[in-house]
Amino acid sequence: MLTILFDGVAYGMLLFVIACGLAITLGLMNFVNLAHGAFAMAGGYVAVVLANRYGVPFLLCLPLAFIASALIGLLLERTLYVRVYGKSHLDQVLFTIGLVFMSVAAVDYVMGSQQQFINLPEWLRGRIDIMGVGVGRYRLLIIVICGALTILLQSILSRSSFGAKLRASVDDARVARGLGIPVDRIFAITFAVGSGLAGLGGALGAEILGLDPTFPLKFMIYFLIVVTVGGTSGVTGPLVAALLLGVADVAGKYYVPQIGSFVIYTIMIVVLILRPQGLFARAR
Amino acid sequence: MMISRRVWVSLMGAAGLASASSGALAQETVKIGMILPLTGPFTPIGKQVEAGAKLYLSQIGGVVAGKKIEIVLRDDGGVPDATKRIATELVVNEKVNVLAGFGLTPLAMATAPIATQSKTPLVVMAAGTTAIVDASPFIARTSFTQAQSAATIADWAAKNGIKKVVTLVTDYAPGIDSEKFFSEPFKAAGGEVLAQLRAPLQNPDYAPFLQRVIDAKPDAIFVFVPAGVGAALMKQYVERGMDKSGIRLIGPGDITDDDLLNGYGDSALGVVTAHLYSANHPSAANKAYVEAFKKANNMRPNFMSLGGYDGMRLITEALKKTNGATDGPGLIAAMKGMSWESPRGPISIDPDTRDIVQNIYIRKVEKVDGELYNVEFETYPSVKDPARKK
Repeated sequence: MLTILFDGVAYGMLLFVIACGLAITLGLMNFVNLAHGAFAMAGGYVAVVLANRYGVPFLLCLPLAFIASALIGLLLERTLYVRVYGKSHLDQVLFTIGLVFMSVAAVDYVMGSQQQFINLPEWLRGRIDIMGVGVGRYRLLIIVICGALTILLQSILSRSSFGAKLRASVDDARVARGLGIPVDRIFAITFAVGSGLAGLGGALGAEILGLDPTFPLKFMIYFLIVVTVGGTSGVTGPLVAALLLGVADVAGKYYVPQIGSFVIYTIMIVVLILRPQGLFARAR
Repeated sequence: MMISRRVWVSLMGAAGLASASSGALAQETVKIGMILPLTGPFTPIGKQVEAGAKLYLSQIGGVVAGKKIEIVLRDDGGVPDATKRIATELVVNEKVNVLAGFGLTPLAMATAPIATQSKTPLVVMAAGTTAIVDASPFIARTSFTQAQSAATIADWAAKNGIKKVVTLVTDYAPGIDSEKFFSEPFKAAGGEVLAQLRAPLQNPDYAPFLQRVIDAKPDAIFVFVPAGVGAALMKQYVERGMDKSGIRLIGPGDITDDDLLNGYGDSALGVVTAHLYSANHPSAANKAYVEAFKKANNMRPNFMSLGGYDGMRLITEALKKTNGATDGPGLIAAMKGMSWESPRGPISIDPDTRDIVQNIYIRKVEKVDGELYNVEFETYPSVKDPARKK
């Protein structure tokens, strides 16, 4: 029972790390970035190549995956995304879904279409017993990393001056510019961080979610559900949503396997009926 | 017909008519319309089948009974609508003589009516549910049926001290076939199926299913999942210590696919599966096949590649038998009952069902020369599709 809860929390945390970058671009920057999963995939592949081909220790692969995805994000933001910020949401959707298909084809061409497996160090395999509850070591690592990230993100967004400038830039870019806030640079950094988070999630998730060129398409629906249920006004909403969905998905599949895969959709529908703006967002 | 061929062709061209019965045209080239998923999640299947088919064609020099064999390759991305549209286009516009490929059951099923209407032989090289060959009298199969492997491992398990089993399959036709054709013979042999779990096709995390298996305390878990997904499941099986707690993992060989096996790492060691082919199959024919395949494609052949390789052989041998005549009914009649030694062992096409009859091997994952292989240790000879015996 507690093992199920634990598995669900780990799974939810993983979803959260991948999706929170999306929540930031979508909610704070008001940009529909369906290509978010492509950045997660990039992180996953960076980690796999580093760990398997060059023998880089797994824990070092994680920050490297973050940095690599963030750099790709930064590059694309400066060259491509910046042109569609002001456009309608439909344009943004078309543009980013195009990016998804390009990334799928590119990765397929370069890395091949087969599943990739990441070599984990021995100490991360297997499970340990904590007071009678079987705890997978790898999943414990996920929870620890993701927990720390959440606290960090939340404090940056709500306490730091960067967070304040970002919120100002989002609410009214013109006034923010007038106050001397470098709006473009703030957007670029935010976008890069969002992409980097996706990359980190992809690297962490390769072991559990699997990794192949269709990754961005396969998991797009999950990221979107997390963001939809959680709302996009901060990181708390997506976090609670991801945990709720993770636990519900795992528990649903365990207790009622016949309908298990529909549990998260049911939750999404119920939440959206009760709170169309998401769990924690203020109604607009 | 007294009109010369050239006149015929120009007449056809001028009228812009698209003759549905492609066999009516005498041709120097025999066209084989091959439809495979070459993009999307099922790409590995398509690539293996394509590589196998092309390898066979290159080995015979591309010419049979005085006719040049040409493969017209198309990608359907694994979507039935696309397969059907492409097949229609191939038959009507390209005037292919044979349709081949078909990575998944729904793709073959969608195309079956076209084979029937145009009397075009359709060779299924990958898809594996029993119902496919019944969908048209023009379908022959060189891949396998899910039931062949599932029923064989059921028999083996019951004879080897496995009494209680939980099945875990992916919730789509081949998974449900596997579940059924494992459970029925296993129960008949005195075994007990404690639970039948079905995981959705898009299932990111197998944790809850495996936890349920652990709590049910079976002797073994029977698993069928599509090849690519198998890895995640295998890893979690080990992560949960199931291998040490005495729950064995058995199943059809999809989960220990030769193509992917090395990526699993040592967690796969000792897994027992039943399947039609292992790259490690100890025969001279297979050694030559594996070597030629690796040289041409820079990857290991898996069971899917054999469907393409033997499928191309079936088509060309049928052409030899008809002296190059390409009419559909004649070709499919020539295919019935044909038998030969494949790299996977002796195989034949059942004259009644047009389905493949082949050996199913029980294999165990072992390390051979530093690489992981499915090492065969028991053979069930000439297994017909067990789903049809009753």
